[in-house]
Amino acid sequence: MYNSPFLRQKTSVRRVMTTVLVAMLPGIIVHVWLFGIGLLLQIAIASAAALACEAGMLALRRRPVARALGDGSALVTAWLIAVCLPPLLPWWMTVLGTSFALVIGKHLYGGLGQNPFNPAMLAYCLLIVSFPALMSQWPGMQGSDAATQLHWVLGGERALDAVTGATPLDALRTGLRGAADVDTVLQSPVFGFVAGAGWEWVALAWAAGGLLLLALRIITWHIPAAFLGTLAAVAGIAWLIDPSQFASPAFHLFAGGSMLAAFFIATDPVSGATTPRGKLVFAAGIALIAWLIRAFGAFPDGIAFAVLLMNICVPLIDIRTQPPVFGHKNGDAP
Amino acid sequence: MFGKLFSFNGGVKPDPSKADSTREPIARLPLPPQLVVPLHQHIGGTPRPLVRPGDAVLRGQRIGAADGNVSSAVHAPTSGRVVAIEPRLMPHASGLSSLAVVIEPDGQDHRAEREYFDWHAASPGEVRDFLRDAGVVGLGGAVFPSHLKLTPGKQGQTDTLILNGAECEPFITCDDMLMRAEAEGILRGALIMKRLLAARQVLVGIEDNKPLAAAALKAAALALGDAALEIVVIPTRYPAGGAKQLIRVLTGIEVPHGSRSTDYGVQCFNVATSLAIWRALEQGEPLTRRIVTVAGNVERPRNFDVAIGTPISHLFDAAGLRPDTDKLIMGGPMMGIPLPGIEAPVVKAMNCLLASSPTLFPPPEAEQPCIRCGECARACPADLQPFELYWHSRARNFGRAQEYHLFDCIECGCCAYVCPSHIPLVDYYRYAKSEIWAREREKDAADSARERFEFRNWRAEREKEEKAAKLAARAAAKPAAKPAAAGAAAAPTSMADDPKKALIEAAMARAKAQKEAVEAKNTGSLTTAQQAQIDATEARRARAAELADGDKPE
Repeated sequence: MYNSPFLRQKTSVRRVMTTVLVAMLPGIIVHVWLFGIGLLLQIAIASAAALACEAGMLALRRRPVARALGDGSALVTAWLIAVCLPPLLPWWMTVLGTSFALVIGKHLYGGLGQNPFNPAMLAYCLLIVSFPALMSQWPGMQGSDAATQLHWVLGGERALDAVTGATPLDALRTGLRGAADVDTVLQSPVFGFVAGAGWEWVALAWAAGGLLLLALRIITWHIPAAFLGTLAAVAGIAWLIDPSQFASPAFHLFAGGSMLAAFFIATDPVSGATTPRGKLVFAAGIALIAWLIRAFGAFPDGIAFAVLLMNICVPLIDIRTQPPVFGHKNGDAP
Repeated sequence: MFGKLFSFNGGVKPDPSKADSTREPIARLPLPPQLVVPLHQHIGGTPRPLVRPGDAVLRGQRIGAADGNVSSAVHAPTSGRVVAIEPRLMPHASGLSSLAVVIEPDGQDHRAEREYFDWHAASPGEVRDFLRDAGVVGLGGAVFPSHLKLTPGKQGQTDTLILNGAECEPFITCDDMLMRAEAEGILRGALIMKRLLAARQVLVGIEDNKPLAAAALKAAALALGDAALEIVVIPTRYPAGGAKQLIRVLTGIEVPHGSRSTDYGVQCFNVATSLAIWRALEQGEPLTRRIVTVAGNVERPRNFDVAIGTPISHLFDAAGLRPDTDKLIMGGPMMGIPLPGIEAPVVKAMNCLLASSPTLFPPPEAEQPCIRCGECARACPADLQPFELYWHSRARNFGRAQEYHLFDCIECGCCAYVCPSHIPLVDYYRYAKSEIWAREREKDAADSARERFEFRNWRAEREKEEKAAKLAARAAAKPAAKPAAAGAAAAPTSMADDPKKALIEAAMARAKAQKEAVEAKNTGSLTTAQQAQIDATEARRARAAELADGDKPE
C-alpha cells in the first residue's frame, strides 16, 4: 500500500549520477587528447577500487549491494578523484585515496547522503599531505606514448623528470619565491595564453560540462557563480594592488582545479550547503580560502582544503540561511 | 482592470491528462437501487438524523440537521423510503464507517415543497443560516461549510472574491466541464457572494489548459455586464489551484498558514460551490448532486452528474472499469486518497474517481537515501525545505520539524513527485503531523486529569476546613460564658471579641501550610529553564491548534 502522490516524475539517483558522468566527458576527452591516456588509466583504477570498496562496505553494513552499486554514486566519486590526481600517479596511490574516500569518507559516516566531507577532496588531501612529491609530478604538453604511461602508472621505474613538471600554479609559486615577478615567471613554457599551457583547454572543457549540468538542472547557478565570482574578485583586488606579486583573475579562473571545482566539486549536494543563500556563502568561502592558500600557503592548489573547511561550516550555513516560508516573508524564520 | 499576474515559487508540471474525460459532455447518471447518504460529509459537527427507518422522504427534504453552526445539513437526493440508518463504509483511506441514511428511491423523484426565501430581503445572518440548512459546503475537496466563509474579515469588508476554477490536478475535469455548461449560474453565485462579502471585485482564476471553460465564463460575464467580474487565465502549473497559491497568483497576497484570507481582504470559493450557492438561494435547491470525473483505467472516461449517496461502483459501471485495475483513488493522482472499497458512496467532497493500474501509476521504486539534491525545495510551493522536514520527521525530531514549518506543508506532493531517491516524502510529513496531534491529545488528556486531581484535592481541603470551622465554633460556644470576662481584661480587641474567628483563622493557616507541603513536586517549584520549556511547548500547542483548523486547497 502506498499513498499519494501516485504520479511521479521519471527520475532517479542513477539518472542524476549518470548525467554527472556524461558532463565530465568533455573535460576528460580534452585532458586525454592533450596529456595522454594516463587519466583513463586513473579512471579505470579508481572506478574498480571504488566499486570494490562500495560493495564490500555495503555487504558489511548488510545493505542491498546490487541496488546501491547501481546508483552510480561510487563511480562519480571515483571519476572525480581520478581527474584531480596527476595522471601518471602509481596505481596503488589511486587505490589508497579512493578506498579512503569510500570507506572512511563515505560509509563510516553512514553511506550515501550522510558524508559531511566531499569524498574526492578527502582522497586528494590524504594523498597530497602524505606524498607531496609524487602528487606534484604533472605531465607536460610534450607527452609520452601510451605504453610508457601504462608502464609508469603500473609502478615501473619512474624516470619522470623528463616528461613531468610542476603545475602552472606550482611553477608560479616557485618562481615568485625566487624573487621573480609574475610577468617574468609567466614567460616559462609551462604557461599558455591565460594559465597553464593545455590546462586552459581542459578548464574550458570542464566549464562546458558544467554548463550542461546547469542546463539539465542537476546543479543551480549559485555555487559556480559565487565560486568563480569570488575567486575573480579577490584575485582581482590583489592583482590591482600588486600585479608583480599576484596573478591575474583570469589566471586564477583557468589555473588548477578552478573550473572543475566550480561545477563538479563544490556542487556536490551531499556535503554542500542546500539553501540558495547558503550555497552562495559556501562557494564564496571556498573561493576565498582557495585563493589564500594559492597566494600564501604551502600547497600548489588550495581548493581541496578549502572545500573540506567549508564542508565543516555547512550545518551552520544552512541554519542561518533558511529561506522565508510562504506567507512568512517578513521574518519568523526557524 | 487587467492587473498583472503574480507567481508562486516551485510547483511542477505533470501531464494534465485531461483530454479523455472532456470529450463527452456531463452525463446524468440514473439513480442506483439504493442511495447511501452519509450524515457527516463536511468539516465540523455531525448532523443529527431527522428521519427514521421506514419514513418516506422527498427530493430535497432535509434528513440531517446541522449540529451547531460549524456544520451543514444533509438532504435526500430523491424521493423514496428510508430503509436504514446505520454505519456504512465511507470513502476514507482507512476504511472508516460512519452513520448514513440508506434510501430506496421510488423512482418518482417527487420534490419537497420549496421553502420560500427571499435572500435579497434577508439579513446576511439569515442568508448564512439558509445556506447552512441547504447543505452548501466547499466542493473543491475541502468541504468546509460555505456559510462560515461568507462573513467579511476584520475590516468588515472584503476586497476581492476569488472563484477557483484552476483545477490544477491532473485527470480532474469536473470543474472544467461545469464551467463550460453552467458559466452563468457560477457567475450569478459569485455576485451573490460578492454582495454578502461586500467585495469590490470578483476574479475567476482558470488555468490556461481550459480555454473552452474560460471562453464560456468570459461570454457569461459579458452577458451579465457586471464590471466587477473578471475572468483571469493563469499559467498551468500544479498546484495553482491551492487556495493560497491561487490568491498569490491573482492578487500577490501571501496568506500565512493559520490565518484567514478574509483578514487579508480576500476570500476564495470553488466554482462548483458558487453554483451550489446560486441554486440554493435562487432555485431553492439544496446540495444533493455533484459532478464527478471518472478517469484513469476506465473504458469511457467522463464526467457524471450524480446524486450524493450513489455507490461508486455505479459510476465505475457506467465508465467501464478495466479488469487490470489495482486500486481506486478518490481525488487526483497528486493528492487523492486510496479508497477502501467500491461500495463506498459518492460524497460532497468527491470531485474525481481514478482507477489506477500498474501501467498508469506504477508503484514507486524502492526508497533510496536522500542525496540533498534540493529538487524538493525547488518544487515546494510553500517555500519549505522538504528534505529538512523529512530528516527531522524520520528522526522523530518533531519539535525541529515544526520549527521548519511542518504545518505550512499543504501535502501537495510536489516534493515526492520530483524526488530522485523515490522517498515518499509526504508520508513522512503525515506521520509527523499525526504524531504531533497524538501528543497534543495526550497532553490535553493529562492536563484535564491533573485539573480533576487538583480540584479533588481542593475540595477535600475545603471540606476539611469547613469541618474544622464548625468544630471550632461549637468548642467556642460552650465555654464562652466563663472566660469571657477574664479574656476581656487580658487580651484586648479582636482575639477576645471573636474567639470563633480566631479559631477559624488558625485552622485555615494550618490548612494552608498543609497545602503548601503537599503541593505537587513536578509543577510546584520550577526552575526558570523548566518554566521556559513549558512556555515554549504551550506556544507550540497554541500554534498547532490554530493550524488544525484546516488550510486545504478549496
